[in-house]
Amino acid sequence: MSTRLANKGRLINTDKAVSFTFNGKHLRGFEGDTLASALLANDQMLVGRSFKYHRPRGVVASGAEEPNGLVNLGKGATFEPNQRVTTTVVFEGLTATSQNHWPSLEFDVGAINTHLSRFLPAGFYYKMFMYPRPFWKHVYEPIIRKSAGLGKAPKDRDQDTYEHFHAHVDVLIVGGGIAGLAAAHAAGERGARVLLVEQAAHWGGRAVVDTPEIDGVPAQDWVRTTVQSLESMENVELRLRCMGAGVYDHGYALAYERLTDHQPDADGPRHRLWRVRAKQIVTATGAIERPLSFAANDLPGVLLAAAVRDYVVNFGVSVGDRTVVVTNNDDAYRTAIVLKAAGLDVPAIVDARTEVAGDLIDQVRALGIRIELGKGIAKVKGGKRVTGVALCAQAGEGSVLEEIACDCVAMSGGWSPVVHLWSHCGGKLNWDADQAMFRPDPERAPTGADGAGFVMTAGTANGHLFTAEAVSDGWAAGRAAAKAAGHSKRGGQAPLGLDAAEGPISPVWLMPQGASHALRSKAWLDFQNDVKVSDVQLAAQEGFESVEHAKRYTTLGMATDQGKLSNINGLAILSQSLNAEIPNVGTTTFRPPYTPISMASIAGVARDELFQPIRKTPVSDWANANGADNEPVGQWRRPYAYIRDGEDVQQAVNREVKNARENLGLLDASTLGKLIVKGRDAGRFLDMMYTNMMSTLPVGKCRYGLMCTENGFLMDDGVVARMSEDTWLCHTTTGGAERIHGHMEDWLQCEWWDWKVYVANVTEQYAQIAVVGPNARKVLRKLGGMDVSAEALPFMQWADGKIGEFDARVFRISFSGELSYEIAVPAGQGAAFWYALLDAGAEFGVMPYGTEALHIMRAEKGFIMIGDETDGTVIPQDLNLQWALSKKKEDYLGKRAHSRSHMADPNRWKLVGLLTEDGSVLPDGAYAIADGKNENGQGNTQGRVTSTYYSPTLEKGIAMGLVHNGPDRMGEVIEFNKVDGSTVRAKIVDPVFYDKEGEKQNV
Amino acid sequence: MLTLRCPYCGVDADETDLHGEGQAHLKREGPGSSDEDFEDYLFMRENPKGVHFERWRHAYGCGKYFHAARCTSTLQVFGTYSAQTLEPPQDIKDKISGARPGWS
Amino acid sequence: MSEAISALNGKVAAGEVTVREAGLRGMIILRGDLSDKKLRKVCTALTGVKVPEQGQANCDGDKGLCWMSPDELLVLVPYAEATQAVTTIEAALSGTHFLAENVSDARAVIFVEGRFCREVIAKLAPVDLHPDTFQPGDFRRTRLGQVAAAFWMLDEDTFEVICFRSVAAYTFDLLAASAKAGAVGMFPTPE
Repeated sequence: MSTRLANKGRLINTDKAVSFTFNGKHLRGFEGDTLASALLANDQMLVGRSFKYHRPRGVVASGAEEPNGLVNLGKGATFEPNQRVTTTVVFEGLTATSQNHWPSLEFDVGAINTHLSRFLPAGFYYKMFMYPRPFWKHVYEPIIRKSAGLGKAPKDRDQDTYEHFHAHVDVLIVGGGIAGLAAAHAAGERGARVLLVEQAAHWGGRAVVDTPEIDGVPAQDWVRTTVQSLESMENVELRLRCMGAGVYDHGYALAYERLTDHQPDADGPRHRLWRVRAKQIVTATGAIERPLSFAANDLPGVLLAAAVRDYVVNFGVSVGDRTVVVTNNDDAYRTAIVLKAAGLDVPAIVDARTEVAGDLIDQVRALGIRIELGKGIAKVKGGKRVTGVALCAQAGEGSVLEEIACDCVAMSGGWSPVVHLWSHCGGKLNWDADQAMFRPDPERAPTGADGAGFVMTAGTANGHLFTAEAVSDGWAAGRAAAKAAGHSKRGGQAPLGLDAAEGPISPVWLMPQGASHALRSKAWLDFQNDVKVSDVQLAAQEGFESVEHAKRYTTLGMATDQGKLSNINGLAILSQSLNAEIPNVGTTTFRPPYTPISMASIAGVARDELFQPIRKTPVSDWANANGADNEPVGQWRRPYAYIRDGEDVQQAVNREVKNARENLGLLDASTLGKLIVKGRDAGRFLDMMYTNMMSTLPVGKCRYGLMCTENGFLMDDGVVARMSEDTWLCHTTTGGAERIHGHMEDWLQCEWWDWKVYVANVTEQYAQIAVVGPNARKVLRKLGGMDVSAEALPFMQWADGKIGEFDARVFRISFSGELSYEIAVPAGQGAAFWYALLDAGAEFGVMPYGTEALHIMRAEKGFIMIGDETDGTVIPQDLNLQWALSKKKEDYLGKRAHSRSHMADPNRWKLVGLLTEDGSVLPDGAYAIADGKNENGQGNTQGRVTSTYYSPTLEKGIAMGLVHNGPDRMGEVIEFNKVDGSTVRAKIVDPVFYDKEGEKQNV
Repeated sequence: MLTLRCPYCGVDADETDLHGEGQAHLKREGPGSSDEDFEDYLFMRENPKGVHFERWRHAYGCGKYFHAARCTSTLQVFGTYSAQTLEPPQDIKDKISGARPGWS
Repeated sequence: MSEAISALNGKVAAGEVTVREAGLRGMIILRGDLSDKKLRKVCTALTGVKVPEQGQANCDGDKGLCWMSPDELLVLVPYAEATQAVTTIEAALSGTHFLAENVSDARAVIFVEGRFCREVIAKLAPVDLHPDTFQPGDFRRTRLGQVAAAFWMLDEDTFEVICFRSVAAYTFDLLAASAKAGAVGMFPTPE
């Protein structure tokens, strides 16, 4: 059984016990325990069920590479699924539950799948659930979804906060093992600004467990003094619990700092996402031990050899009393030595190699541990945990030679450098056949903006598995990185490491070498996604020869651990099946993040009211307090209508329209874009920007203008006012202010840069209120100030002056068809001006109106709306706006395009009004049906609805639409489809439904 | 995530401060141009794997448009330069020739 | 003239780093030839400070000049003086190619004051704010969260931030949230 040993683990504080629960069971651990070590200390070997076959699974590893130990953590507002037990620190009150089982971890009905596994090979889902087609959506998927899946999605809002931080450094070092520390020291000494991040809560990586000598002292002492030295350097920043998550273009990197996961009651953000820009990045990310592939290698109690000794050394936890070590390299012998020193039994070391020699072998022999050379494991015995192993000849097919009782198997298939971050941004790898590993090719590093490499790699991540070369490599990388970042101060000395002599590894990809299908189909490669040796072989046999295809077909390496343990083993099996060399098969693509990071850390502060910027006008606060039912217009929120007690939206809209037509309406038009265009060539410039002539507009007058893109399509419209001889004010649509400003700057900066024109966006300088209706003039007169009479300020003119006590610019323009003034005041006076209009307007029946009333009134008048009548394919001619296309001008944006054959084609869909025969409101976007079918067998169409409303003024539905040759077909009745499949008949009419002569606005 | 130096304000701008504006050095075709030339100008864009000249705008910064010479494959930046020019400056062309002999 | 109100009417979020809306401030967009002697003269006359170099801001209390782009300055004056300042500029530069617009009401000014103010800004802007690279006098137009903003330092403890009026509440809340979340501990902070 797994239990706590008498020896004290390095990382735990046995004076401080903490209690936590696992599946409701109350358990105790110590401060410093991971959830994995604490569970093992309580003999909780079983931590979850596998994804596909629901096999019982235990902890395999001791770090971020753990594939099995994923649990639901927390409750309610702190609930989070898929948390790794090996990287979760226990704290008082932690609650964890296991995943992917029903009804319980111990008795899971899904485990039947394991008995059906021969019927569920790779690609099973693809093959089985293809037909009949509709069954996938309605039958297969719902059932599969129910029985599969890892953690549950949280139901409550996350109570924690998160943030980003932008850091710019000379050298980012990922990994705080001995190589990373040496690199940081070398770079720091040279004066570089250094950020060193380590995903674990402690410095030193593996060296502090295996305790080699560095600079004449044990590794842990060297680590301690080096960290102290780094802490004293002002230019070096050290971060624990901070994982280098991804490396991107031009030295961009993400690091994921877990600030309070281990102390959930602490203040401050839970996670911080570091958005790093580094001149150089050193990946000192270490190496991960590979499992060996033998039958039932997934039973709880089969662990990586290094993990077994981590639990003993770091946490004082023994996984089992009797551990069989199975290996193909010397490093695993360390586990046997550590176990023996802890007073535990090691009945045998099963070594696939036929010859071994070296310091570690000698030590093991001296301890009297039995070594079985040339042997392998035929099968691990046991149900929910290991009870023994059956030995066989590695060279054979699995005939059992002997069974050894044990409760733990420590396996080592060699080590794979963690090359993920090196590879994220294009770093290439070489296959090192001697060490049986992929390692970074320094000649093919990821390159940055200057074309030179910006990522270096160091230590075991660089394939240097021994202490001496790892620390010196780290130091050299730190020095080189600092130099590349412009810091070449001399000095310092590389640390010296001392290693035990080790013999070579012998690659073993399958145990035994000639394993039968029965054994291969129980030899797991990917524990998390339940992929076995036989699955990869099947994929190869079925023609999935590319490693990327085989990966997707089998799902090898596609689980949340991204194949940290399985990729190389799977690749080797694939290459053997294809009879190809490993480097010729290649690796799958490594993609960030290295291990999953929280979604919330990606969002940072962008949640709730900070989710996105909401733009406010000076009137917004009043509107929100007075019934505004807002609609988004870009990032603005504009009142759609102001709803009063007892009204629904439609009633409010109808009331607002009628009131503006009969009394007095106020519209907050502050969001309309306002661009000042000034300079000697401003008139000439605007003549290019607009389809109509703006250079001839007299000072003091306004003109409605259209803007087209170079390909002739309408992009914006608005009223242009001439301010002075060399200055124009251009109004844009609400969504157009920034876009049109950029568009103007684009042409000025990149095409006509010799023209003397400046543009300024003054949109937000003004609150702009439309005062609309028969009583508009009365309320302005009551407020007093400038002369707003028809004579002093006729239609389509503007003037500066005072309205009441307000500094005002008054435009006599109308988008409603009523007598209307649009009045701009400085935004700081905007709210007060709005109140003043409401006060003064009370006796004239004033009511604010929203965007829907605005839309209805303009539609009643047949005015187009950018975004309704236009969609990026509509030209002015389609909207009968030929009058706005200047014939006098030789050129304007879009003019050339209008003469392209399709644009000049008279057979286009053109704007008309539409009235249903029954007075109903046409569905928005409905198509007019034409005879026959097109080449795809779809019904032909002859037009579509672009705007449609109930008109409170006319008391029936009105619509505008684009209809084939529409203006030539006045009076014709055409049919429109409806969503329910029926149709509605509508007559083609003039699009101006109300006051065609303009008598109401021009008074 | 690119970093490009804005030639107008000298800032090494993060890509999130910038806005891509498409291919550089297009020659505008106006009224009177042939259908073919006009089509070329409107629609026919290069999409090379390798050296490319682009327009960018320092949208969150000084608001200026500028040009960048960049390798679309390695993201090497050969230089950024003024928008008020009809072709890349010689020093940038030389730099590209040094890094990508035979480019065109 | 009706009494003007700034976007957030002086809102304050007090803490170890305090975020405070500055209230009304006169601001003028001035586009023109920044090497022009007349332009430089009128700017200095209005503000009492020299025309800043590329990427710089010269500020003194309510007054100052900020380098916005190679052909644009932001002229800072007391709010009540902005209209007159535009008139003064127009008179001084008459006959030359320039644009001067009062944008005092289009913007909000927010102070971020306190020990780790650098880190509050660095949480939100993709800018190197290490004291080695950003100092009082430096001026930067960039992004804060999802909106355009500009900032400069008055002293080691104080940032002055400007943003558009419509997003003043967003920007303020963003800064306040980042201040409340505490120091990162990356930058050396003054004692």
